[in-house]
Order: sequence, then C-alpha cells, then structure tokens
Amino acid sequence: MKKKLAILLCVVMASTVFLGGCKKTGVNTSADKASSDVIKIGVFEPMTGGNAAGGALEIEGIKLANKLYPTALGKKVELVLVDNKSDKSEAANAASRLVEKDKVTAIIGSWGSGYSMAAGPIIKQAKVPTVATSATNPLVTKGNDYYFRVCFIDPFQGTVMANYAFTKLNAKKIAIVQEVSNDYAVGLAKFFADSFKKLTGDDKAILSVSNYNTGDQDFNAQLTNIKAQNPDAIFAPGNFTESALVIKQARQLGITVPFIGGDTWETPEFISIGKNDVEGATFSTFFATEKPITKESDKFLTEYRKEYSGKEPAAVAALGYDAYLILIDALNRVGSVDSVKLRDELAKTKDFQGAAGVINFDENRNAVKSAVIKEVKNGKFTFKEVIEPTK
Amino acid sequence: MHYKIDCGALRYLKVPQLLRGYIMFLNMSLSSFLQHLTNGISLGSLYALIAIGYTMVYGILRLINFAHGDIFMMATYFAFYAMVTFLLPWYISFFLVIVLTTLLGILVEKAAYRPIRNAPKISILISAIGMSFFLENLATVVFGGRPKAFPAPDIFTKIIHIGSISIQRLTIIIPIVTFVFLLFLLYLINRTKSGMAMRAVSKDYETASIMGVDVNKTISFTFGIGSALAAVGAIMWGMKFPQIAPLMGVMPGLKCFIAAVIGGIGNITGAVIGGFILGIGEIMLVAFFPNLTGYRDAFAFILLIAILLFKPTGIMGEKISEKV
Amino acid sequence: MIKRKVISTLVVLLFLILFVLFANNYLDSYVVRILNLCAIYVVLGLSMNLINGFTGLFSLGHAGFMAVGAYTTALLTMSPAVKAQNFFMMPLIKPLDSISWPFLPALLLAGLLSAFVAFLIGAPVLRLKGDYLAIATLGFSEIIRIIFTNTQNITNGALGINGIPSTTNLWWSFGAAAFTVIIMILLISSSYGRALKAIREDEVAAESMGISLFKHKVLSFMIGAFLAGIGGGLLGNLLGTIDPLMFRFMLTFNILLIIVLGGMGSITGTIVSAFIITIAGEALRFLDETMDLGFVVIPGIAGLRMVVFSGLLIIVVLFFSNGLMGNKEFSLEKIINKFKKKPLEEGGSK
Repeated sequence: MKKKLAILLCVVMASTVFLGGCKKTGVNTSADKASSDVIKIGVFEPMTGGNAAGGALEIEGIKLANKLYPTALGKKVELVLVDNKSDKSEAANAASRLVEKDKVTAIIGSWGSGYSMAAGPIIKQAKVPTVATSATNPLVTKGNDYYFRVCFIDPFQGTVMANYAFTKLNAKKIAIVQEVSNDYAVGLAKFFADSFKKLTGDDKAILSVSNYNTGDQDFNAQLTNIKAQNPDAIFAPGNFTESALVIKQARQLGITVPFIGGDTWETPEFISIGKNDVEGATFSTFFATEKPITKESDKFLTEYRKEYSGKEPAAVAALGYDAYLILIDALNRVGSVDSVKLRDELAKTKDFQGAAGVINFDENRNAVKSAVIKEVKNGKFTFKEVIEPTK
Repeated sequence: MHYKIDCGALRYLKVPQLLRGYIMFLNMSLSSFLQHLTNGISLGSLYALIAIGYTMVYGILRLINFAHGDIFMMATYFAFYAMVTFLLPWYISFFLVIVLTTLLGILVEKAAYRPIRNAPKISILISAIGMSFFLENLATVVFGGRPKAFPAPDIFTKIIHIGSISIQRLTIIIPIVTFVFLLFLLYLINRTKSGMAMRAVSKDYETASIMGVDVNKTISFTFGIGSALAAVGAIMWGMKFPQIAPLMGVMPGLKCFIAAVIGGIGNITGAVIGGFILGIGEIMLVAFFPNLTGYRDAFAFILLIAILLFKPTGIMGEKISEKV
Repeated sequence: MIKRKVISTLVVLLFLILFVLFANNYLDSYVVRILNLCAIYVVLGLSMNLINGFTGLFSLGHAGFMAVGAYTTALLTMSPAVKAQNFFMMPLIKPLDSISWPFLPALLLAGLLSAFVAFLIGAPVLRLKGDYLAIATLGFSEIIRIIFTNTQNITNGALGINGIPSTTNLWWSFGAAAFTVIIMILLISSSYGRALKAIREDEVAAESMGISLFKHKVLSFMIGAFLAGIGGGLLGNLLGTIDPLMFRFMLTFNILLIIVLGGMGSITGTIVSAFIITIAGEALRFLDETMDLGFVVIPGIAGLRMVVFSGLLIIVVLFFSNGLMGNKEFSLEKIINKFKKKPLEEGGSK
C-alpha cells in the first residue's frame, strides 16, 4: 500500500515538474513583460527570523509608496513579496524565485547587507535592476552593475560616528562592542575604528574590541572588562535586539559613559526593551521626521501617519518608500520595461527628491546622501544634527 | 579497548593566550572578579533550574526532551501576554504561567511521546526534535518573529550596591529560588510516595507497573514538575534578559542538557552542579580570555565531549551496566 | 541475474543522461535549480542514511561535515580576485589566497577533508551509545560551526563567503547522486554492508561474531562524511554564498526528515523522499503567501510552511515510523516477478 503511494507520489511530482516547468521559448523577453498589463516589482525582505523587525518596517514604506503611486507607464504596478527568512541561502532562493519564476521587472531589497550580497550574483546574472534600501556594506553594489542603493555606505557611516565621538563627545579612548556574527556590525566597527584612529592620531585610541554573537543575551563579562578599561565612550554597532540589552546591562554594572551606534538601532523595540537605560544613546541614521528634507518627505510623513494610525516612521521605512519611487520614476522616464534600458536610466538619476533626502548615484551606484544623528531623549528618537557627505 | 584521545584541540589554546589569561587574572581587580563571579552564579542558577527538567525526564524515560528548551520559551511568552495583554499583576501572572506551562509539558508528553513509548529509541528522539521545531515555528507564526520586551517588575530589577559591585536584586534572588526549589524537589523525590513512584519507574518501569504504580500518571507528573521548573526559570530569565524571541530556547536548551549530562544525567543535584559549572565557567572564559568570546557557546560543547570521554556518567552519576 | 542487474543499471543511467539533456535545454531555470537541490539532497540523505540507517549510529553531526566540504570547495574554486574582495576584514591565509582549482579535485579534496574530520571526531566518540552519541555529534557539529565563525582569516568568519562560482549544474549534481547511489548499493550488498547491518541490529552479538566494531563504525562514519562533504561542496557552489549560520542543526534536521520519511534502511526510500521534500518545500511556499480562493482571501502568514513541515515529521514518526519504504528497496526483480505471476507450488505436484 505504502509502496504504491510512493510510486504515485513520484508520478505526480514528476508530472508537475514537467508540466509546470517547461520554459517558454526565449528568455525574459521584454515583449513578454510588456504584453501583460501589470508591472511586477519584486520585494525580498526578512519577514521572519531574527531580522523580521527591520524587514517589516521597510515593507511598510514600500507598500505605502505602492498605494500612493500605483501606476507606471499606464500600467498597474504589482508588488511580489518574498521572505528571505533572515537567512542568506533563503535570500538567494528568494531572489532566484523572483527572477526566474515571477519574472519581475525590478527588485527592491533587502534589509541586511548579508542578504543583499547573497542575492547579488543572481541579480547580476539575470540582469534585473535592483535597489537596496538600507544595506550599507560597500560590497553590495561593488562590481555589480545592476545593484543600486538609496542609502549611504558604511565607510561614510563609520566616519560620521567617529567624527561625532571626537568632536562632540570629546572622546579620546573608545571601546568597541561588536556583533561578530553580523557582517554589517563588523564592517561598520572597522570603518569606525580606522576613522577614529586617524582623527585622534592615536593608534591605541580603540581600547578594545569585544565580541558577542547574534542571539547572545548575557554581556556582563565583556562589559565588566570594559568598565575596568575606563573608556570615554562605547561604540556598539549591532542589531537592536542585542544592543538594547548591552546598554541595559552596562548601566546596571554602573557604566555611565555614552553609547554610540549605527542605523540598526532605530526600531521601536530598542526603546521598549531598553527603557530608561537607553536614554542618551546616539546613532547615525538616514532620516529624521523632525527634519523633512524635501516635499516628498512631508507627503511621506503625512501619509504614513494616516495609514499607520499615529505611528512615527522609522528611517528604513522612508528608504523603502524611496526605493519604490525611484524605480517608478526611472520606468516612466525610460518608457519601457527592458531591463538593460531601465538600469541605464536608473544610473542617470539626478537630484531625485526622495522622502529620505536627495538622491544622486555615484560611480558605484551608491546614494550620496547626508546622514542624520539621532539621540534617544525622553523615550523617543529625537533629531540631533545633519552631517553632509564629504565630496 | 583503548581509544586515542584527541588532544588536538588543546593546541589551539596557544601559550601566549594562556599567559595573557593568567596576566588578566592577576591584573583583574577584586571587584571585577567578584562581579564576574556573581554573574556566573546567577547564570548558573538559571541553567540549573532548566537542567533539572531535562534530567528528571531522562531519568524516567531515557529520553532527551529536545522540546524542553522550547517549553521554556513558551513560558516566557505566556508571562509576556499575561502581564502585557491581560495586564495582570505579576504575582498572579507568575502563578498562572507556571500552571499553563505545566499543562503544556503534560500535553506534549501525551501527544508526542506516549504513543511511541515502545518504539525504537530513534523514533522517540526524532519525535522530540520534531516537537521542538514545531513549537519554535508555531511561536514564530503565532507570536511573530520580532523580539518582544519582557515586562520586568521594578521590584526585582532595582539595582543594589554591595561594596563596589552593582547588581540587580534579581541576581541574588535567582540562586536563592533555585536552592529552595532544589531542596523542595529532593524532599519530594526522597520522602514522598509520588517521589518513590518516580524513582521506581526510572529504575525499571515494567516492574514498577506490575507493583501497582500508575506509570502514565507518574510520567505525566514528572513532565509536569520539569515544566513547572522551566517556567520558574523562564520567568527569571525573562526578567534578567528582558527580550524574548521564538528561537530563544534553542541555545539555553542545549546548554542545559549539557549541564545535566555533566552533573550526571538522572541526578537532580548533579543537574544543579552541572548548571553552576557551566554558568560560572562560561562567564570566566569570557572574562579572562576576551579574545575567545566567540567560542563562548563552544565551551559548553567542549565540556560535554570531555565529560563523555572521561566520565560518561557525569559527576554525580552512577555506573550503568549493560545487560546482554 | 547479474546480467539483468547490469542492464537495468545501464538503462537507468541512460535515462538519467537523457533527462539531464532535456532539462538543461527545455526546463525553466527555476525548475533546474530545484532539480539540482533535489539531487544534492539525495547525496546528503544517502550519506546520512549510511551512518544512521544502515549502521544504526545516531549521528546528528552532518551539518559539520557539510560545512567542511562547502568551505573547502568554495575556497579552492574561487578566483583570487573574488577572494580578495571577500576577505576585506582580514586577508585569507596563504596559499589559499592565490590558488584556484577546477571543480572535481576541489570536491574530492573537500570529501577527503570531511572524512578526515570524521575520523578525528569518530575515534573517541563512536563508542558512545544512542542519545549520548547523538548529543556528542551534535556538539561537534556546533563546535565546527563556531570555529568557522571565529577563524576570520580562513573562513571569513561570520561574514561568510560570497561570489562562489556556480559550477554546480545538473550534470554535476545528478552525476554525484548517481555515483553515490552506486557506491551505496555496492557497499550495502557487500560483506561490509552486512557487517554494518549486523552492528545496527545488535552490537554485542556482532562483536562476538568477530566483527570489529571500531573499524566498521569509523569506516562507515568516514564514508558518510566523505559523501556529505561532497554534498556540501555542491550545495555551496549552487547557492553561490555560504556562511556559518547555514550549517546549524536545522540543516541536519532537514536531512534527518528526509531519511526518516523515506525509511531509514532504504536507498530508494531516501531518493524518493529527497525529491518529495525538496519539491514540497518550494511548493508549500504558497502557505507563506496570500491565498486567493476566489471568495475569500487568506492573508499569508510567514512561517506557516515550517510549521507544516515539523508537524509532518511528528506525524510521520508517530504513525509511519518505518517511513515510506522501511527497510525495503525498489527492485526490478519484484516488479518483473509480479508480472510473471509464477504460481505457488505446494509440496508435491498439482
């Protein structure tokens, strides 16, 4: 009985493979895409797993943009959402699925440089223009003509915080606590360290680099050692999940010096978990609601508050919004869904008025934008200042 | 039979590394060391509480309950919802959580382990693994994958200063609670009838059932107690590390099982000792060898393999003879 | 008899070659990707089945061997330029940073390295029984993963490796699968295979029959690890990117699911269930997405797919504890006999 079941299953499975899989002649012809009356834009984000928070925020922005600008080239724009499960091989699968099965015109994604990099080779080979939202590692776009990003990159972000620590905090010695299993954190820590050492002229300005793993919950050992070293400030790039606990435990141990970090801190959970202990935590990010930069920023803010009843948007939501807008804009300019033409048009984007700032792509397709420094004040993310990119 | 013992791993702890650790030890101030020690004891007690659950179930069923870590995780979520969504005061919530988790543990046993109790060992182990993944994924779907902030009542999280060490009240409460429960459990096992039933079933459950012991009830009772203790551990863990996520039970679950093995699986005092060894050892590793922080989790596994190779029955374990 | 077996094997191989030719030219690249995954999981499933199903050693350390295989193959097949780009935090050690090998020798070395690691692990650990062996092998697998996360200058640590050349195609994966199946069949039907099954059934009895437990267990472990290393290498070169987080216990669990579902002592069972599970994994994606049933739209719940998967494992273990095929194999003989319908003769003539 079971054997027959097995054979039956084999037959079923084989037939679905053949019937469902037969390729239409020709590869992704633009005729195919243009003949249908929707334009599909793929979105791959972490919707489950450890980074689901970041992914969810960006999807909010993307969906809002889709709601406000639902058409391009006279056709309806449809979003195809695929979960990369906060996992690199799933990210590659997700991109592959979007490109090969759903045959999307363009892709938006992903939160998390690691996942973007995993999808990179597939995107490059399939020649589908992709816009990364908040992935800041330089390797995402390097050498990949089809990958763009609407945010700045870590070498810049590292210098922003190093500058802040040196000039505003008057710090001469800093301890670093990094999430060693997160490529974003490790990269950012390195750029920060290099920049800070150059600023102070002191090779020993970084007192120590302590590591922790994703998912760790106990940082008392590392923090006790840091307390003994007496730094002027602590740079702690890492996901908000661990960073909130790091700061909390530091305060409990009696460490009073300021904590500085990167853009991944800006999520509601950072404050809800950190509570009073994260007061004063300062970090660099892409966008501040108090300082809308363009008319689109105002529109984004009003619409977001309406759509998500009173919630304040996170910076990455604005980036997701911009990624969508910039694609629509390029589509309308180029007048076709041909991937090569779209990519070239995208590269020509000049002074695009996005919600998170004015976007210009440099030769590596990275957005040259200003950074914003925010601080946690009275339980809210408050704007501190804008840092312009060095030309 | 003689087997070559693999000393290869030791080669990686290079001499300069060891020296550095020693120098660190000498240079470390007393207050730092005491701080590390207090943290270690606190962490160790948490591990101990969860390890007891593993050891009790293994003692009775010879089963590694892979799902125990996830029952621990579910307990933290129960507590979260009780206090945040239903806004119950903490003393009621905690009690409720313990009851609910006990029921969950008993349910898991009835659903996934009882039907295949007589099947080959591998099947029941696979069922345990499957149950563990099922609970994790269910939690992801129902509660959402994003971590949540555990509401720790202020009465526990207030910082107190003893000399130059600053700790939360919680850090002292945890070991005390662990000891109280350990004593209570030892009394239960050794002085009560139900305890005697548990010991009988773990020795030989067929004979025990012939002697009139209700085996099913005893096993359910064991699971219940194990889960209740996991719930207590979960509540305190949530207060100490106020961030809960569906996959938070994986590592602690594995580590606590290792703690139980180190102490001698099947032996409750052993589980507590194992928990402390693991907790304090982990903290000291990171304290003295900060370059090896990445290997923190590996520490537990290395200890496990060492124990399995040199004293497989654990620190407090009894020799198990193999019947042919 | 033997002639028939050889002929049928050749026929199967011919069919496979034709199938791969067809698939490469006519099938969607998404489907090709899935087929590649299926074949790789056949290799992985069989390698684990050799250790767990045929020798009865409950080993949960497979992910570790796969990691060794995947990293070795990746580091050997990548070009120095791509490697330099990846190792921007800490440069790769010599001589790895300047060499670049073709695929086959890389795979073979990967397998050999995994086998070597298996020897190091197995020698002390394989005398443990049941649960203890399971946890010890799991521990080793995690230790390997943690070591890979921290050796920045060999494996690029947590950053992982991107841009691995996608040299895995249907020829390689199906070829490796066929190779694995042939090896398994030859092994199992030899006296060595019988010794393994004897060890599985009753170790003490096997030992008293003169079978060297240590030798056979370690050898089985090593061969299983060799194949797992090759499978890992194929996987890495298919996905194009690897990092230590890929090789957690979850991966071992997936393969465990495959061999339990297929039947832990059956080669055909593993092959069939590898295909079923891989395809089902993709097909069930619809559970994660919004379902439009016409009259009602059920919003997609991310993660529902995995809930179904684990529920499936529990159900299989509870009700079909022997899997699809149990201990039996698919054999041409039995099918042909069925058609011939030889009448049973009673003692004496009719």
